[in-house]
Amino acid sequence: MTELSRIWRETEYRYNLIGFRCKNCGRTYFPPRDICPYCHRESIGKMEKVKLSGNGEILSYSIVHDSSPAFKREIPYVMALIKLDEGPSITAQVVDCNPDEVDIGRRVHMVFRKIREDGKNGIIEYGYKFRLD
Amino acid sequence: MLSDVYIIGAGETKYGELWNKSLRNLAVEAGLKAIEDAGIYSKDIDAIYGANGLAGTINEQENIGALIADFSGLSNEGIPAIRIEASTASGAAALREAYLSIKSGEYNVVVVGGVEKMTDLHGSDIVNKMSSILDREWEAFYGATPASMAAIIARKYMHDFNVEKEALAMIPVNDHNNASKNPDAQYRNKITVEQALNSTPVADPLNLMDCSPVSDGAAAVVLASEDYVKKNGKDGIRILSSAIAEDYLSVGSRESIYTFNSARLAAEKAFMRSGLKRDDISFIELHDSFSIYALIELEDLGFVEKGHAKDIVYNDIKLDGSLPVNPSGGLKAKGDPYGAVGIGQAVEAYIQLKEKAGERQVKGAKYALLHNMAGTGASSVVHILGI
Amino acid sequence: MSGIVSYGSYIPQYRIKPEEIARIWGDEPDKMKNNLFILSKSVPAPDEDVATISVEAARNALKRSDIDPADIGAIYVGSESHPYAVKPTATIVAAAIGMPLQYFAADYEFACKAGTAGMQNIKAMVDSGYIKYGMAIGSDTSQGAPGDALEYTASAGGTAMIIGKENVIAEINSTLSVSTDTPDFWRREGEPYPKHGERFTGEPGYFKHVIAAARAMMERMETKPEDYDYAVFHQPNGKFPTRAAKILGFTEEQYKTGLLTPYIGNTYSGSTMNGLSAILDEAQPGDRILAVSFGSGAGSDAFDITVTDNIKDYKKYNAPTIKKLIEKVKFIDYGTYTKFRKIIVTGDSVE
Repeated sequence: MTELSRIWRETEYRYNLIGFRCKNCGRTYFPPRDICPYCHRESIGKMEKVKLSGNGEILSYSIVHDSSPAFKREIPYVMALIKLDEGPSITAQVVDCNPDEVDIGRRVHMVFRKIREDGKNGIIEYGYKFRLD
Repeated sequence: MLSDVYIIGAGETKYGELWNKSLRNLAVEAGLKAIEDAGIYSKDIDAIYGANGLAGTINEQENIGALIADFSGLSNEGIPAIRIEASTASGAAALREAYLSIKSGEYNVVVVGGVEKMTDLHGSDIVNKMSSILDREWEAFYGATPASMAAIIARKYMHDFNVEKEALAMIPVNDHNNASKNPDAQYRNKITVEQALNSTPVADPLNLMDCSPVSDGAAAVVLASEDYVKKNGKDGIRILSSAIAEDYLSVGSRESIYTFNSARLAAEKAFMRSGLKRDDISFIELHDSFSIYALIELEDLGFVEKGHAKDIVYNDIKLDGSLPVNPSGGLKAKGDPYGAVGIGQAVEAYIQLKEKAGERQVKGAKYALLHNMAGTGASSVVHILGI
Repeated sequence: MSGIVSYGSYIPQYRIKPEEIARIWGDEPDKMKNNLFILSKSVPAPDEDVATISVEAARNALKRSDIDPADIGAIYVGSESHPYAVKPTATIVAAAIGMPLQYFAADYEFACKAGTAGMQNIKAMVDSGYIKYGMAIGSDTSQGAPGDALEYTASAGGTAMIIGKENVIAEINSTLSVSTDTPDFWRREGEPYPKHGERFTGEPGYFKHVIAAARAMMERMETKPEDYDYAVFHQPNGKFPTRAAKILGFTEEQYKTGLLTPYIGNTYSGSTMNGLSAILDEAQPGDRILAVSFGSGAGSDAFDITVTDNIKDYKKYNAPTIKKLIEKVKFIDYGTYTKFRKIIVTGDSVE
């Protein structure tokens, strides 16, 4: 049984790609972090939530053939590092494509997908994935 | 008063699918071999450092320090025993903590061992557990596996530096060749470049032969102070320097996805502290859990310019080359029991520097560089050892 | 007057052809194709369900307008394949589009007309002044048992409609429903696939209700078929809606724009609303639309709609049109289909 609170507390970030911006230096981060690694103490209390556009480009990717049980039905799937337009790079799946359509530099946008199900009677976890533009 | 630190004994189990051996069996076997090799007794041991990466998730067993001490028969002596965890770099991280404890003058003799029992899980279940070396919430949650992150790094590296897949394949070819001469190795078969290139896809562009196996195994060394070595007439190899450095946990957070800053920083510190130059190193044990990592590590440890590892992987890294890499067989062929790897590298250095490596002996080996890395580069530990 | 202020649709990109299904079950491909008038049906990816389809549709509706999600006071999601039997889809969608704490929410179920039932209630709440805007979604990943005739048509897709009084692009002049207790099609609690009365679903089910609702609406509005530029009817296959249109006196010119089933199959709760979405993609100011849904069990909701001048400035290209959603497709074979639809079980407890 999945720890419900562990999934629930990240919902906002996973559903809507909410990152954090350091008001001290202006850098944007995803996933959320409480302290800016450049501003350290100066950033405390100055990290503000920012909704990211979900637009970006593929920095690099892999076609995954061997994975955790949660992803068995999707194998082979594309796992990518995506450089978001706001700056941060994010690790996510690129869906609805044949592996040969994917390439470094291709533009992608965020979509809302099911990430995993905790068995037939457990909760369903949703979040971001990406799709080719 | 700071003390020099010596390895005076070493031992390891065979690495592989050891179906009839448990986590504790493995730890005890390696520990006893090291203690016997060192010729010490329980009364000599000041402390035990146990390295382990994933026992909590794979074996549902924590309290590893007590477990090892207990089943090594040391409970009556009350010897301190703690576990050190730094993911796949747990072994070298424990070695370093043991080194510091002696260097500081606190202890004279410390047994440091690493153990991982991984094959009790298999298939997609072990892939899931192994993925906890990544950021579970923001990488593994979304379907990232250790192999897929290495593959993402590999594709970008190959793309930007115009590197052929064949250059990556040279790493497992070399590993298997060396492992064929190592009785403790998991895979002792030699492989060809074609076999490496045509093996089962795991996370494209990486194939099965680019990826280290799932392994059971344990390794242990006995460290002693200069004072102890002299007083007891021990013959050991010296730890010239030890360094550790960290980087962002996730590949995506790093400025360059094919630069292991942790390796770069740890190597700089280790070379500075040892007073040696890259040219002085007789051989390297690299953390090549994925072939691509070996290429990047050779660059970030300072042995070749960024993007140029392809120039040395065809010949120089061979056992009789100018810079032998992984005489043990490396993580690909000797095996990759997470917490044991870093200690296993020290065992290999001990054997090599004492000229006891037989067929795989690096001729005239004087100095060894060991690199053990956590996750996708989050931590690196570098040790330089010498005679 | 209240009406549609924005709309958005989503149809999964995977398709399977009736020939491929017929190949497995030994049916005559041309017969199935022609009897049902179906060329392909949409198939959800293994990571898609009614929640994800609804979120995509809702986000598409928001992209086409400047509406602040905080001003959406109610959200109703109609479906007969809600991911949970107990736990609302509506709140998942609301969270994914950033609606704050205070809003009305519920999941609706009335076979294939749960989405339009949501539209009616949202309109009523807007008209009564309870809410400024409301969102009604009709969305399904409908089930058809392997080997059953339904397997050729049961598909996936959905549309979200935002209803309000400001910047209305299509006024809802009137809406009404007809309902009876008719056992034409049902799915019992806990059962994976629905059962149906085969030919009994036609006359006493679909045609009786669709025609009654359409006629009642035209009577109420004192209109005739020729007064409408477009008509859209629930489309369980390609045949039923065209026959209903003919019985009522509508021409192909009026119903072809909203007739999507031949290309995407029956999207159940999404069916009529997807058709309406396709019409709004094409409509011009002053165009009049008759939309009639049907839900087994049984009932029909009718809407009389007039497109306003606001459609000219409406940013419909901020999100994909139905035409675009139908264009970009990937065909899959039956094996992949069974993997995607979990007809093959993997034995893993987590997936």
